[in-house]
Amino acid sequence: MAMRMRATMDGDVATVKVLMQHDMETGLRKDKDTGKFIPAHFINLVTATLNGTPVLEAQWGVGVAKNPFFEFRVKGAKAGDKIAVHAVDNLDAHYDGEVEIAAAA
Amino acid sequence: MNQARRTFLKGTAVAVAMLSGVLKVGKAFALEWNSAAFTAKKLDEALKSSGYEGAAASDDILIKVPEIAENGALVPVEATSNIPGTTSIAIFSDKNPNPMIAEFNFMNGAEPFISVRIKMAETAPVRIMVKANGKVYTNSRDVKVTAGGCGG
Repeated sequence: MAMRMRATMDGDVATVKVLMQHDMETGLRKDKDTGKFIPAHFINLVTATLNGTPVLEAQWGVGVAKNPFFEFRVKGAKAGDKIAVHAVDNLDAHYDGEVEIAAAA
Repeated sequence: MNQARRTFLKGTAVAVAMLSGVLKVGKAFALEWNSAAFTAKKLDEALKSSGYEGAAASDDILIKVPEIAENGALVPVEATSNIPGTTSIAIFSDKNPNPMIAEFNFMNGAEPFISVRIKMAETAPVRIMVKANGKVYTNSRDVKVTAGGCGG
């Protein structure tokens, strides 16, 4: 699964945007052909680190939209620092992304 | 749409059972997924299980949502807490089959801000909950959903 990330400085705050490719199946949808429920499959834990130090920890339910997008901000970061994101879904698949923070545009 | 939604609501119990059956928590996470809160079907239960019950209303929680969402499958929500000492922001949609959508904890310089896209089953308040200095706060904004985004 692809994870796309972008991080840019704005003053002394880094803005981090993360886009993940994931179906985020709720388990509440029926397959139109078989009439059976499509099993739930969704990212439920997400963490982000700045140069290895945790800055964000998140828990998600099935209500996060398909192909999740989120944005967060970290004060005290600087251009060249590394932001890493780690996510896991309810079927224990793990997803990783990393990006170097770009200087202010 | 209505037929789809009825089917979808009926499926909730089955789905909850399935969720609790298959849930695994990644070993790398100190954090444990709060199954009780995320699978709760009533807002009150979800708030209680996640430690957000009895929150005080606060205008220091700023919320940006569309007034009308034409597609409930993709509703952008942006929340900022100006309450000093904010450590967590959580998002609930009152009328979703599972009202609790997400919780974000901030540490080591992360600002009390989050932007994320959510699903909304129907027109409802988007409820933002905040934890700060051991207390809980809340604010909400109504979003009119013209096509629900959870069912099939």
